[in-house]
Amino acid sequence: MTRVLEVNSVKKHFGGVKAVDGVSFHVDEGEILGLIGPNGCGKSTLFNCILGQLTPTEGTVTLDGKPITGLYPAQLNRLGVSRTFQLLQVFPNLSVRENLILAGQEHKGTMLQRLFGPRDAGLTVDADRMIAFFKLEHLADQKAGGLSYGQQKLLDAAMAFMAGPRLVLLDEPAGGVNLTMLENLKERLQAINRELGATFVVIEHNMDFVMSLCSRVVVMAEGKVLAEGTPAAVRANPAVIEAYLGH
Amino acid sequence: MSRKLNTDLLIILIAVPILWFAPSGLKSYGLYVVSLWLVMSIAAMGLNLTLGYAGLTSLAQGAFLGIGAYATAILTVKAGWPLPAAFLVSTGLSFLVGVVLGFPALRVKHHYLAFVTLAFSVVVFLVARNEQWLTGGVYGLANIPRPVLFGTDLGGGLAFYRTVLVVTLALTLVMWWLLHSPWGRAFQALRENPLRAASLGVDIRAYTLLAFAIGSAFGGAAGSLYAPLVEFIDPAPFALSASFVLLLTVVAGGAGSFFGPFVGAFFSYMLPELLRATGGWYLIIYAAVVLVLVMVSPTGLLGLIDRWRDHQSQRRAAAIRAAARPTLASADKPTLENQGAAP
Amino acid sequence: MDQFLQLIVAGLATGAIYALAAIGFTLVWQTSQTINFAQGEFVMLPAILVLTAAHLGLPMGVAFIVGSVAFVLLFGFGFKRFLVEPMQRHGVLPLAIATMALSVLIKEAAKNGFSAEAQPFPSLVPDGSVSVLGAAVSVRDIAIFVVAIAAILGLQAFITHTRTGRTMQATAQNPTVARILGVPVERMILLTFLINAALALIASYLISPVYLAKFSNGETIGLAAFIAAIVGGFNQIRGALAGGFLIGLIDNLAAAYVSSAYRTAVPLVVLVVVILVKPEGLLGRKEERTV
Repeated sequence: MTRVLEVNSVKKHFGGVKAVDGVSFHVDEGEILGLIGPNGCGKSTLFNCILGQLTPTEGTVTLDGKPITGLYPAQLNRLGVSRTFQLLQVFPNLSVRENLILAGQEHKGTMLQRLFGPRDAGLTVDADRMIAFFKLEHLADQKAGGLSYGQQKLLDAAMAFMAGPRLVLLDEPAGGVNLTMLENLKERLQAINRELGATFVVIEHNMDFVMSLCSRVVVMAEGKVLAEGTPAAVRANPAVIEAYLGH
Repeated sequence: MSRKLNTDLLIILIAVPILWFAPSGLKSYGLYVVSLWLVMSIAAMGLNLTLGYAGLTSLAQGAFLGIGAYATAILTVKAGWPLPAAFLVSTGLSFLVGVVLGFPALRVKHHYLAFVTLAFSVVVFLVARNEQWLTGGVYGLANIPRPVLFGTDLGGGLAFYRTVLVVTLALTLVMWWLLHSPWGRAFQALRENPLRAASLGVDIRAYTLLAFAIGSAFGGAAGSLYAPLVEFIDPAPFALSASFVLLLTVVAGGAGSFFGPFVGAFFSYMLPELLRATGGWYLIIYAAVVLVLVMVSPTGLLGLIDRWRDHQSQRRAAAIRAAARPTLASADKPTLENQGAAP
Repeated sequence: MDQFLQLIVAGLATGAIYALAAIGFTLVWQTSQTINFAQGEFVMLPAILVLTAAHLGLPMGVAFIVGSVAFVLLFGFGFKRFLVEPMQRHGVLPLAIATMALSVLIKEAAKNGFSAEAQPFPSLVPDGSVSVLGAAVSVRDIAIFVVAIAAILGLQAFITHTRTGRTMQATAQNPTVARILGVPVERMILLTFLINAALALIASYLISPVYLAKFSNGETIGLAAFIAAIVGGFNQIRGALAGGFLIGLIDNLAAAYVSSAYRTAVPLVVLVVVILVKPEGLLGRKEERTV
């Protein structure tokens, strides 16, 4: 099985605080990896180290064997690493379709080609396919800011998949979404994984969501990896139970 | 979206013949006033890109107007260049200086950026005033020639006005092309959410510099037309207050709306000339009106119309949604309820 | 050496005026996120109002009172109530743009309503100079420095030693927490606007005898006040004070030793360097607020 992402003993220290203290894990092609842990365990810091928002103090991150440590977010994205944010991040004044075109356009040609090429960067068909996939057809021409919270969350996720990414990192996709919409989101993520073979990492607090969505789970506590395995194995691990319930 | 594109072009298509023929009866002063309106619209259009679309506060557009005007005056008067060549060089020079001024924007935003660009404006003004060997200092540069193209003299009031109109049309189409290309989308993304834009592969640094540089190039192009329009330039019209007024022009017209700069420039540059009878009181009326406008609608005059249109279409959409799915809330913000739904 | 000492004294006097304007600027920024682009006009205007009242036939003493009261009412209370309050919900930039429009409005109104020419303004201190360490130092410069410092010390005493002052400072440092603690935040914000107007008033009466009362005076002072506030630290009163003196000194020394033609540019270069290298200002702490 091909390894898409490999994180090798990444450390991130802020002064004396060791937010991430030597974390290693990998993501295989086509899998949905869950990354969980109690609040303040360092998973968001780790995410930001992988995604170029922060530079690791030590350690390396590779994508398909090539080092990507310390690259800018935009560079990473163009190499095929896509993400969503914890808080909702769509462009409220662009239409749903325009949001999706934007999410794909920087992967098409050079800057000059984009300036002189087609207005939609040739992405209308792809955007509409994505809109259909996430069942947002009736809203395609609406401004994203006018959508309901759950619909925006779907659009947010759709944008992450627009450029056909190698790897998608979802930061708390279930946060703030009501139960109906949550099922819908989970079902769509599973479908995209099945149909397009997309690979992703999900950070989540919602245990039920992670356990039913992911094929493998990494548990972090106090900046280190505490456990790793299938959802069932992790759930039964005494150390994990201790970390979650012991405090 | 596509319907809106066509309206913009339709407005241009209707406006150009009117603007071509309507002023033919005007005397030279009237022609000067309409020419000034178009020239300042170009400068405002540039600032509208930087501020209105890309969200980068600049108090330097008056300075770029000055850079374009002085470059053109120096090249035509002192070096004897033809105006079209001077126009291209002035615009290009402003583009390059704009790139340089864009670098601070990579580090600071909002009011800090406003102050950096403000400092730049003051320095440009001081150079224009003090470097007499180059700019003529407070005595300025006189006898700036008007264009002659393929043996045709375009120096008469009407001919020059029409030259300005053609250049304005060309630059308006360039801006339209730019804003509706993927670049325009990226500029808007830069304004609305730079962090998210970067995560989608948008090269924030490149687009920030471009937004500054292209906006500045429009300022320089406007200056390059301003110099032969007034035929004499000194530092006064490029002082800091010129940048303030250009900023107010963009805001009054509606920052981020395509024709906002034309509306704003009409307001800031044409009305004062029309209301000269009121003496200096016009600027007071102008400032008061802008003040009230900004307070009533921070999105400007055209923003007011847009808001009304959005409101109408949202009401329509809400009605459709309500009819289709009565349970779906049309809130555009998360409510506490659905935030609390996740453990 | 003589010249250097004179420049230092002149620099401190100018700096004291800048500090007055910069402190007011900082106060209103802290409590209400107002970037007042009309701050310079606030310093220009009181002198013009006094002269206008005098032209209307009032005796000078009465004119001072009328001008002062009118100014504080209009640009302390009125400014807060009718401009800042309604604009605040739109954010920092629209409010800043509104103050830009206000600055044009005040300037043009002073020009058309009063005079386009510079007018003499009565000085409370005689002309002349005294000898300090062998150098002739202007009495007026010393007086400006002393009065301005007295005003700043008074403000400082009010802030640290009275209950209202301490509450006001707490509001300035964190309006949200102050509101939760039950501080009458709106009244405290109004107080900072009144103090801002009072400081501008003092600055105006100090500087107008020197530069004469003219509608365009605000441009230089306003610019210097912004620079002083930012260089010193946008969120610190002592930063604005230090920034004011620094800019006053740089201003006067640059005029003598660098180039009188580019004297305005030197503080600006300092400003740009500070913004790019240490945006929170020399004495400032990092801004937590996102604007």
